Amino acid sequence: MADGYYDPEGLKQFSQIGEEAPELWAKFSEWYTAVFEEGALTKREKALIGLAVAHAERCPYCIEAYSRSCLESGSNAEQMTEAVHCAAAISGGATLVHGVQMRQHVHRLSM
Amino acid sequence: MVASAKPAGSLRRRSHPLAEPAAQRAALDGVGLPQTFAEVVAQSSEGPLSAGTVEVLQINVGKYCNQTCRHCHVDAGPDRTEIMSDAVVDACLAVIEREEIGTVDITGGAPELHPRFREIVEAASAGGGHVIDRANLTAFLMPEQRDLPAFLAERGVEIVASLPYYLAGQTDAQRGVGVFDRSLEALGRLNALGYGVVGSGLELNLIANPVGAFLPPSQASMEADWRRELDRRYGVQFNHLYALTNLPVGRYIEYLQDSGNLEDYVHMLAQAFNPATLPALMCRNTISVGWDGALYDCDFNQMLQIDLLAEADSRTGEATPPPRIFDLELERLWGRRIAVGPHCFGCTAGAGASCGGSLA
Repeated sequence: MADGYYDPEGLKQFSQIGEEAPELWAKFSEWYTAVFEEGALTKREKALIGLAVAHAERCPYCIEAYSRSCLESGSNAEQMTEAVHCAAAISGGATLVHGVQMRQHVHRLSM
Repeated sequence: MVASAKPAGSLRRRSHPLAEPAAQRAALDGVGLPQTFAEVVAQSSEGPLSAGTVEVLQINVGKYCNQTCRHCHVDAGPDRTEIMSDAVVDACLAVIEREEIGTVDITGGAPELHPRFREIVEAASAGGGHVIDRANLTAFLMPEQRDLPAFLAERGVEIVASLPYYLAGQTDAQRGVGVFDRSLEALGRLNALGYGVVGSGLELNLIANPVGAFLPPSQASMEADWRRELDRRYGVQFNHLYALTNLPVGRYIEYLQDSGNLEDYVHMLAQAFNPATLPALMCRNTISVGWDGALYDCDFNQMLQIDLLAEADSRTGEATPPPRIFDLELERLWGRRIAVGPHCFGCTAGAGASCGGSLA
């Protein structure tokens, strides 16, 4: 067992998840691989989306994997930083837009 | 975005332990891959890696260079004095004249700065073969080399030039401060001569390798990006872009060690092994000549001082010493077994890599 919740070696052990449920792992792997193949979006665009989502999900494994993936698909640090800002903006906006709910509750409860 | 401090000068100048090829080989062996390159090849092909006919004579005229790039597998630089002697140049010229060689590929260091570079080009192009100059671009701007691009153009020499990125930050991080701007100036001059311009017949191809410890993007997508951005930003034209994987040799090993990436990088190369790259590996049709006249399977083996494999004499059964340029008979090298090591995973990773770009 790792000492902490996030062990840097954990990413390399990802496939061990399949040991108890190999068929589900195989389905996930096939789907995951297909998702990131070149399609209507390029591999680079998909890697940048992956990087942004990795930050929104706050997943250190995904951030490591998609930082490499972005570099290996031709993105540079400037483009990757803009992708992270996209994630941050959506995350911030998502927090802020819930203020509408807050206001509705306030109006309902207030004179 | 560079994590480690930038060392100044060649490994040799700094008396760094990795200046010794044996130390580089030991560092690679120390990574501890689960299987050797030879074992992996044996599992995915019919036999050990072997050459076909020799179609390319790659001449490394020496380690002298006007740049000190951080990833240089040659450990070249302005302080390096090892250059090809007259006797070795003469032997190369004799081979070019005597043998039928499809391509003479001249590299270094900065090959243009060798005093007999133009003579080699002249001899190789006079024979009707294809000639390649592996250029760092900035050497073309040196006062005594200003007429060199026109000399090369007149002889139809292909220029293969290093440009790792279409922006200054990344390029200068790898190749030195100010190199990007000077490279653009050189590219502009080459374009003005017709190099890289469609229909001119003058080939200007770019080499791009990652500025860091990761694999290159797909060659097709890189070429499209470089073509769009170099044209849009700077009005620069070129023919093709070759995506090259950085092989863990020379100063690139130092970078990997210093940045804590050596083990992961070599493992990543091994995990990305692609058997589809094997048929087109450059070692299968190339022989590499060192500045001292020694012969190798490739330029990387040359820098690691991994000799051609000794062959048993057909009569006595005793191992014969590897041939040198002075006694080179190309036919004797046809079908030879190729000497391999962990660094070879760099040429077989992903889409593969060679002096001519991706393989698979």
